[in-house]
Amino acid sequence: MKTKKEQSLYPIWFVLPSLLIFGIFFLWPIISSLYYSLTVWNFETAKFCGLDNYKLFFSEHSMSSSVVHTLIYAFGTSILKVVLAFFIAIFLTSKIRTKGFIRSAVFFPNLVSMMAVGLAFSYMMHPTKGLLNVVIQALGGTAVDFLGNPNTALASIIATDVWKGLSISVVIYIAGIQSIDKTYYEAASIDGATGWQKLKHITLPLVAPSQNSIIILSLIGGLRSFDLIWAMTGGGPGFSTDVLASVIYKQYAAGFYGLSTAGNVVMLILISVIAFPLQHFLNKREEAIQ
Amino acid sequence: MKKQKRLLLLGDILGVIITCILFLVPFYFMLVQSLKSKAEANKLSISWPSELHFENYIEVFKHGNYQLVTAFKNSGLLTLFTVLGLLVTAAMSAYVIQRRRDKLMSGIQALIMLGLMIPAAILPTIHLLQSLHIYKTMFSMVMIEIALQTPFAIMLYRGYMASIPRELEEAARIDGCNRWQIFTKVIFPLLKPIQATLIILVGVQTFNDFTNPLYFLPGSENTTVQLTLYNYQGQLASSFNLLFADIIIITVPMLILFIIFNKKIVDGMVAGSVKG
Repeated sequence: MKTKKEQSLYPIWFVLPSLLIFGIFFLWPIISSLYYSLTVWNFETAKFCGLDNYKLFFSEHSMSSSVVHTLIYAFGTSILKVVLAFFIAIFLTSKIRTKGFIRSAVFFPNLVSMMAVGLAFSYMMHPTKGLLNVVIQALGGTAVDFLGNPNTALASIIATDVWKGLSISVVIYIAGIQSIDKTYYEAASIDGATGWQKLKHITLPLVAPSQNSIIILSLIGGLRSFDLIWAMTGGGPGFSTDVLASVIYKQYAAGFYGLSTAGNVVMLILISVIAFPLQHFLNKREEAIQ
Repeated sequence: MKKQKRLLLLGDILGVIITCILFLVPFYFMLVQSLKSKAEANKLSISWPSELHFENYIEVFKHGNYQLVTAFKNSGLLTLFTVLGLLVTAAMSAYVIQRRRDKLMSGIQALIMLGLMIPAAILPTIHLLQSLHIYKTMFSMVMIEIALQTPFAIMLYRGYMASIPRELEEAARIDGCNRWQIFTKVIFPLLKPIQATLIILVGVQTFNDFTNPLYFLPGSENTTVQLTLYNYQGQLASSFNLLFADIIIITVPMLILFIIFNKKIVDGMVAGSVKG
């Protein structure tokens, strides 16, 4: 037991600045959003309208489809990052000599803003002149209108997101792989295990903690994402790449503040029902392995 | 053995080639685009410019009545104040949360850590700022950036704080330091390594932020660097060379930071994403 005197070395008021800023500028707006999402609102007056905003949100295809797009986007980017980054990390922890260079090159996109990446890639994906199509045509293929075709637009943005955000998953994996005790591999080698068996039965289970961080991190990031999509397509063509965050912005720009806030609450609920149980499940899995 | 060596060499060569194609070509594309003439840039090819147009950079600075200068000033101030504010407030709370470990502190910690997951409510925040008469001010923008990054900063600090022995505080108390002095003179200076990480991560995050200034700091006199890119996209739709010059200009500070602090940034990102 700590004595009173020891405890009192640490004044409670030290948490006040953080708590006040966090409470006023983050928590309070979230709490009040629950009310404002039930109103017709223009900042001056808020007229209570029950669940009308939510009904409208889910009955209008332009808005309800954003929930589906958000899920595709979040799961698409996370799964790609979790899988691709694992193999890149395995490659970069092997004995190759150029790993320093490769790691830096893979990492740098992380420091470039979403806006810059989004703009540059949207020009590289230009339907006729873009670099990607020039390459495709040189190889004998037909040009793809990556961002102008509703069927490929979302996938194109997902690919760009993975390009930009992959490295963070890679470095987390590398840290996890490097912390694995080398004697496991030596013991397995003596028992005659192949490289693939070592990968499957030693590396994969033991990087679970790193993997869990990557899953949670990229999933939450994906569910919230806005700037890359906004830079590349603005939600279009039509509504084919509209996600929750872009609907929130569009309804705000159109002056439907209550509706926009309802979209915000939908995002809050979506993230909560996915992220909290998932984290619980992943923690359980991690404990089971250990 | 020989076979393995050859395999490694093959891995080296393939790895470098694939990395160059996937990760360096896009940056090369941005660079050459920014140095071309208007007509040449509109072809969107990756060929080297037939003539180098360094004046594109001057022109993009002059565009819109030196908007980019204003933007750099605003982004610089926003980043500076956010980093400074967060360094101090998060260190204070992480210190007490990590040391006391009682029910109250666990509760406060759980509350703040919610911020790592749940998204901010945007319009109610604008409404709040309006009723406090601080909407569209640098002060409110700084407060919001601090609020949004507080959970991450506290998490990072708390993990590091655990490695600082309590005996130091006890010794300082016996030497006659009061509680405030113990924190400012003994603990705070010991946090330097994690602070370096935080400065870089929070700095990059704030400087590159697009969404929050879009909502909370509108107006041309308030513009930030990421918003110039958004505005120029419409205004300079036919002058790709200037648009890309802007991309290069706002990316170069990050490149310099990356070259100097490469290892620190990578380690910090790992530390920040693996729970402390």
